Amino acid sequence: MTDFRLVVVSAGVSDPSSTRLLADRATQRVTALARERGHAVTVTTIDLRELLQELPAALSSQLLGPRFTRAVDALVAADAVVAAAPVYKAGASGLFTSFFQVLDNDLLIGKPVILAATAGTARHALVVDEEMRALFAYLRALPVPTSLFASTEDWTDTALGTRIDRAARELVLLMESGFARAVRDDAWGAYQHTYGSGGGTELDIDLSSDMMRLATGGSLRDPEDDPFDPRKA
Amino acid sequence: MQFGIMSVSDITRDPVSGYTPSEAERIDAIVKIAVHAEEVGLDVFAVGEHHNPPFFSSSPTTLLSHIGALTERLVLTTSTTLITTNDPVRLAEEYAMLQHLTKGRMDLMLGRGNTAPVYPWFGQDIRQGLPLALENYNLLHRLWREDVVDFEGQFRTALQGFTSTPRPLDDVPPFVWHGSIRTPEIAEQAAFYGNGYFANNIFWPKEHYKRLIRFYRQRFEHYGHGTQKQAVVGLGGQAFIAKNSQDAHDQFRPYFNEAPVYGHGPTMEDFEEMTPLSVGSPQEVIDKTLTFREAFGDYQRQLFLVDHAGLPLKMVLEQLDLMGEHVVPVLREELDKLRDPESPSNPPSHADLVHAKYGDAEPRQPRPNANRGDNVTGGSPYQDSESTVGSYPTL
Repeated sequence: MTDFRLVVVSAGVSDPSSTRLLADRATQRVTALARERGHAVTVTTIDLRELLQELPAALSSQLLGPRFTRAVDALVAADAVVAAAPVYKAGASGLFTSFFQVLDNDLLIGKPVILAATAGTARHALVVDEEMRALFAYLRALPVPTSLFASTEDWTDTALGTRIDRAARELVLLMESGFARAVRDDAWGAYQHTYGSGGGTELDIDLSSDMMRLATGGSLRDPEDDPFDPRKA
Repeated sequence: MQFGIMSVSDITRDPVSGYTPSEAERIDAIVKIAVHAEEVGLDVFAVGEHHNPPFFSSSPTTLLSHIGALTERLVLTTSTTLITTNDPVRLAEEYAMLQHLTKGRMDLMLGRGNTAPVYPWFGQDIRQGLPLALENYNLLHRLWREDVVDFEGQFRTALQGFTSTPRPLDDVPPFVWHGSIRTPEIAEQAAFYGNGYFANNIFWPKEHYKRLIRFYRQRFEHYGHGTQKQAVVGLGGQAFIAKNSQDAHDQFRPYFNEAPVYGHGPTMEDFEEMTPLSVGSPQEVIDKTLTFREAFGDYQRQLFLVDHAGLPLKMVLEQLDLMGEHVVPVLREELDKLRDPESPSNPPSHADLVHAKYGDAEPRQPRPNANRGDNVTGGSPYQDSESTVGSYPTL
């Protein structure tokens, strides 16, 4: 039995919000399925609406306020994510996109994600797969195969429940596989990181790198052929 | 403890009057600001280096040598000198010249520059910014310490038997700071050479440079330059002072709101909360500045940004008056009282460096050999240079 940490990011701005409702339904299914399989799930919800006041500073100056910082900390510790956005003008909402654009590039590497979107019309249905999936591919997260989309008519359609069930199952299986943790343990160095990234967790300093050799009076040449390499002295 | 000001050299429209100073007016103003900094009892004046409008400071050594001629005590430095797009050979020459003209009343701070389009104007590529900075400093370091340098690197043409002139004043190179807030390699290079480390301390997250300053201190000790407390640390900061807090906020707000970089973003109150900016009464500025020591340990140099964002000359000079009269004397006393006896209260001056090299002996004064007519001085350019080529008996 494992205790999974699930973080729900909802960009719905009304209260109640259908985006939050979709995220909550997915979360309930994930929790229930995980429990059936003998796991516990701790859920943290980030309502992006509450971060709105901190967004200008984050976007313009990379200054993360206290709520943003708490959100990042939660995502660092997350085993999986449910990310839900309303669709406006044929795209995921600006709040949703902005939030993920502010995060460090390496924050979500390998983490399984359920992508979900709501809209007033079915014409927005492909936003999840064509836009949100690309964003999460850039972040090198692992969106589950089943995307969730709910426009007005879907709320009365049992097929939505079926898709939620399928996405939740996919997420639980990916969490169980331990993929994100295995990536972190075995292959983390193969991804690009900058000092302090990963939400402030990326703090290892490799003193034996080429750059460190250069920093300490050496050259970029192979130390074998470099008569001036100070480490030879 | 040294206190001073650092200028970015931006020429920004004054959002209150709507007036944009000309380059000529702003250059005159910066000279007045620097001279006034000395008059109010500050110790250091630093200017940045930029190569694009709306900045004027493309030639910091020219400006600083002029200020040097108008002042007597002020230490002149940079914030920063671009170690990436400048040829280290030119840096060695220009700053050695400045060192002579100011009689050693200078040092310099190296930075990389983060404006990608500037790099190709000088034949460089920002994608190589870090190795370029590291390699260029390695060369600069040698040019100031070896009369004759042979060098081969990745980024500039090789040097064969090159002598950078003039040799540094008293054959003691200027003190160098490395400025960085997120690059461990720069902190490592500063530590390796026993140079100073400067964090601009204007934007958060301070956690990054808190860790890097700790790392620099550890590595400084590791390389045998002294203890962690003896490592030389400088910090930036940003302040706007008025007699009382409300006046300070009212006066500074229009400038803050339209400031380059952070204007139109966070509110001033949020920025005060989240960054080292202090806007307020002298006591508030003092209290906030004292927190820097708590975060980073005892340090040797504090530079404030006071002349940016379109603040008119008159207001900048008033800021200096307030700083010199009500803030710096208190900070000086408080910080020296709190200082660990092991930690030096100032970065090394030229006199300190001369003493460290020669003790009580006379410093070396290089005198060149006669020009042989080929404009190349060969292996022993100075009468007392150690020859790098064998000398042969002549008849």
